[in-house]
Amino acid sequence: MAAGTTYIEAIREAMAEEMRRDDSVLVIGEDVGTYGGAFRATAGFLEEFGPERVIDTPISESGIVGMSVGAAMNGLRPIAEMQFIDFLSNAFNQVVNMAAKLRYRQNIGVPIVVRGPCGGGVHGGPYHSQNVESHYLSTPGLKIVEPATARDAKGLMKAAIRDPDPVLFFEHKFLYRRIKEDLPDEDWVVPIGKAATAREGEDLTVVTFGACVHHALEAADRLDHEGLSVEVIDLRTLLPLDREALHATAKKTSKVIVYHEATRTGGIGAEISAILAEECFEWLDGPVLRVTAPDTPVPYAPPLEAAFLPGPEDLIDAARYLAGY
Amino acid sequence: MSSKRPSKRAFASGSLAPQRTVGGETGAEAASLTAEQKLDIWQWLQKNRMVEERLGLLYRTGKVVGGLYTSLGQEGISVGTAYALEPQDWVGPLIRNLGVMLVRGVRPREAFTQYCARATSPTGGRDGNTHFGNPEKRIVAPISHLGAVIPVMAGIALAAKKRGENAVCVTWIGDGGTSTGDFHEGLNLAAVLDLPLVLVVENNGYAYSTPTRMQTRPEDLVAKADGYGLPAEIVDGNDVLAVYDAMRRATTRVRDGGGPVMLEMKTFRMKGHAEHDDAKYVPPELFEEWRRRDPLVLYDRVLEEEGILTRAERDRRVAELKAEIDADAEFAVASPTPDPRFAFGRVYADDGGPGPLPGPAWGPAGATRLGRGLPGGDRHDVRDPRGGNA
Repeated sequence: MAAGTTYIEAIREAMAEEMRRDDSVLVIGEDVGTYGGAFRATAGFLEEFGPERVIDTPISESGIVGMSVGAAMNGLRPIAEMQFIDFLSNAFNQVVNMAAKLRYRQNIGVPIVVRGPCGGGVHGGPYHSQNVESHYLSTPGLKIVEPATARDAKGLMKAAIRDPDPVLFFEHKFLYRRIKEDLPDEDWVVPIGKAATAREGEDLTVVTFGACVHHALEAADRLDHEGLSVEVIDLRTLLPLDREALHATAKKTSKVIVYHEATRTGGIGAEISAILAEECFEWLDGPVLRVTAPDTPVPYAPPLEAAFLPGPEDLIDAARYLAGY
Repeated sequence: MSSKRPSKRAFASGSLAPQRTVGGETGAEAASLTAEQKLDIWQWLQKNRMVEERLGLLYRTGKVVGGLYTSLGQEGISVGTAYALEPQDWVGPLIRNLGVMLVRGVRPREAFTQYCARATSPTGGRDGNTHFGNPEKRIVAPISHLGAVIPVMAGIALAAKKRGENAVCVTWIGDGGTSTGDFHEGLNLAAVLDLPLVLVVENNGYAYSTPTRMQTRPEDLVAKADGYGLPAEIVDGNDVLAVYDAMRRATTRVRDGGGPVMLEMKTFRMKGHAEHDDAKYVPPELFEEWRRRDPLVLYDRVLEEEGILTRAERDRRVAELKAEIDADAEFAVASPTPDPRFAFGRVYADDGGPGPLPGPAWGPAGATRLGRGLPGGDRHDVRDPRGGNA
């Protein structure tokens, strides 16, 4: 039993254990070697695995992802680090046109993981706080995961590294050192494509992921005192979505709120709402609501960011409204 | 990375002194070619052009789906560079490098079926033209976004180097492609990581309608290699023996751990960007000037002077090639178009593979299977069994 493992330590442990298990796994990125990563995700890796498997690169996100694709085509399993996931936009073409399409075009597997810190709440401003899942959701061929717990962070990272196709691994940086869990010692994976029930409830469901899971659990506790029983679904995988889990919870509670930190228009909440409207219409007793950030960039100053981020209060308001149906 | 890195350079006139040779003795590699090898090279040049001419015919008779991109006038570069490689080497050809693919063992029928989008094509109709690779033949397919293959080839090189395979990775780019971000990122990564990469720049005068002077300020694109500290060499791209010679010397250097190099091939694109483009923007005198430098005609002259290929033998070989190419073109035309079901599946390794039709383009996934929402379909079979909730 590894006592008190943080979210970032869980990610580091998963990568290190996979690198010990499989010599073809390597990490590529800016400052991942000598420095051990801007958030210390690869601390100690250079010493343990050497410079051939822990590769410091120039500032070249497109090059990092492109080089990872090539290395994957030639038998390796690279983990590419984006220092902040905001910078993945620099590698957009390599992700959506190179990595994501090789299986479809030629049945060539690209087993890469592109990982990095996402999300706000740490006053990072417009370029160190974004949640970029919707930029990639409409690209068939990609898988996207974002864990909310240390346990899932470790298990999903192992699954991502072992997956034969490209996986975008979003780590909510607000969680890096704020949550701690006791993790079992054995080797386990959390399957990609499966949501988890973070809290059982009867009256309505909050579908969410990442740091929002924790805000949703807080809101659910408070709503419990008002006699409202709230179910919290932690998606864990954003692409492909676990439709069965969405169907099951819609059937169970008949009222669904989708809650995410990214901006509203074209967000993953829109996709989930559409799935529920098309596939679960008969079971719903009220509109599918979205609790999201507004359609602005992420502001920097703490009071501005606090106003921007959708928090437990927003969710509680939405839940009370939906409960009225 | 542990291997040799170019050591400290002497500063000359306040800047890094360019290395405008990739090393070795110029001409030595070409001089050591046997008559048989020279005939081989001739054969590939002819095949490259004849396959593309046959593609032109297919295009004009409406058999090609989409555009046709050929390498008329540049065949010496594809053939000369690819012929200089070893079996363990990797290639990442561009749209105008069908000749590279042929030399690496791709059959003409693969190109014909690809361009005609037939079920028998290497991608089964999922992608077109020369957008097909072959991992066994160590060919990485291009995508339409220029420059994107350069970092990918750096990654192939990284893996090959890690395994100690002594493989050289080669990719080709045009003058226009040297303006892209991935050109810089890929070349710079290969340089600082000391990867076994050869970048062949085909300076053919135009990127679509844009002349080279509108892409890059220096006249010679090797200037870009200087910026990454790479040895580079300017080569007459229409002289297939010069191309072969430079490529052999380049790969020797790279194989010996000398890090990446760039070759700039001076050549000219003798057609428009694609078959639809009449290239009216190119001054006719440029076409005239370069027509006199046709790489196939120049090489015919060499073989004739050296007494390697008689007129009669030449005719016999051309007829033989034509028969093979015609048969492959006919195979493509006679091939079926893909089953529409092949559009679906095999997006992921674990999705069950190609074939099954998805649900209709409207409504809930699986609506047809359930009969939900269709006229006559039974809506109640999918209702909440608890009742009263819908």
